[in-house]
Amino acid sequence: MGLTNQSTGKSALKEMLDIQMNSADVVVALAGNPNTGKSTVFNSLTGLNQHTGNWTGKTVATARGNYKYKDKNFVLVDLPGTYSLLSNSAEEEIARDFICFANPHATVVVVDATCLERNLNLVLQILEMTDKVVVCVNLMDEAERKMIQIDICKLSKLLGVPVVGTNARNGKGLSELMKAVYGVSHNQIVTKPIKVTYNDTIEKTIEDIETKIDLEKSNICDIDL
Amino acid sequence: MKKNVMPLHLIPCGKSAKVTELTSYGNSRRRMLDLGLIIDTIVESLRKSPSGDPIAYEIRGAVIALRSEEASRIIVELI
Ligand SMILES: Nc1nc2c(ncn2[C@@H]2O[C@H](COP(=O)(O)OP(=O)(O)OP(=O)(O)O)[C@@H](O)[C@H]2O)c(=O)[nH]1
Ligand SMILES: [Mg+2]
Repeated sequence: MGLTNQSTGKSALKEMLDIQMNSADVVVALAGNPNTGKSTVFNSLTGLNQHTGNWTGKTVATARGNYKYKDKNFVLVDLPGTYSLLSNSAEEEIARDFICFANPHATVVVVDATCLERNLNLVLQILEMTDKVVVCVNLMDEAERKMIQIDICKLSKLLGVPVVGTNARNGKGLSELMKAVYGVSHNQIVTKPIKVTYNDTIEKTIEDIETKIDLEKSNICDIDL
Repeated sequence: MKKNVMPLHLIPCGKSAKVTELTSYGNSRRRMLDLGLIIDTIVESLRKSPSGDPIAYEIRGAVIALRSEEASRIIVELI
């Protein structure tokens, strides 16, 4: 899929929003740093063949696929890799717009078990946007090979959302992932995302901006009425 | 400037260095931070593209190419 004007920015967002509004399906976003295995998870779950590679920037537009779990239809949206929600490129903008504005029923953040720390920056940013998150610690086999041990339970407690360890290449952990996604999207698992507290200046500024946004919102509502 | 302190784009391939300062502001500074380039982070220069720009670096377990323009605003200390 080429990266045309049509598939980026506002029109892409509109397209994305439409899928959700047009159906009763459960919409699940697949987000994460570049090259963490999002498309591999996507392919394994949907049986589709989204291009995967071992160099970053393989996914340049969103791909959509379906899987069934407990008689529900889940629409999985494979997003381009991004290090941050503060977008620097058209691809990153797609990812950001979808996560922030398309209101998926759940967002799976796929992280690389071999360099967990660098992946957690995006996890924290996403947790600030939505609490319907499942963290998928992928490449567990690679981590094991590098003698890296990850305490999945502790990570889940610290982040306040379900965390599942996977090897997307051979499908290990994916049924657990689907179970967690089901739980979060159907409010059977109530998450309590960790909240980052910034320094006083930043917190104060956030508060001011939030007040202004709320005011704007109520103004818009008045006009609507 | 101390002898071993220099902008990131000047460190030789194969060498590692520790971030001591970011001189960029605003969005570009934020982008560097999001890539994991905070103070004390160890970065390795891996290889140059044929034209010498961008250069590929190992940053916290990921290989990331930075343009000289960006890398020159990251001050590092050779280790
Ligand atoms: N060993 C191992 N390799 C994996 C695993 N998951 C994915 N890979 C490999 O990692 C590489 C990158 O996978 P992709 O699925 O393309 O990653 P992505 O996150 O979609 O990448 P972008 O779309 O470019 O951000 C591929 O070569 C996959 O085969 C895993 O659990 N274990
Ligand atoms: Mg991909």
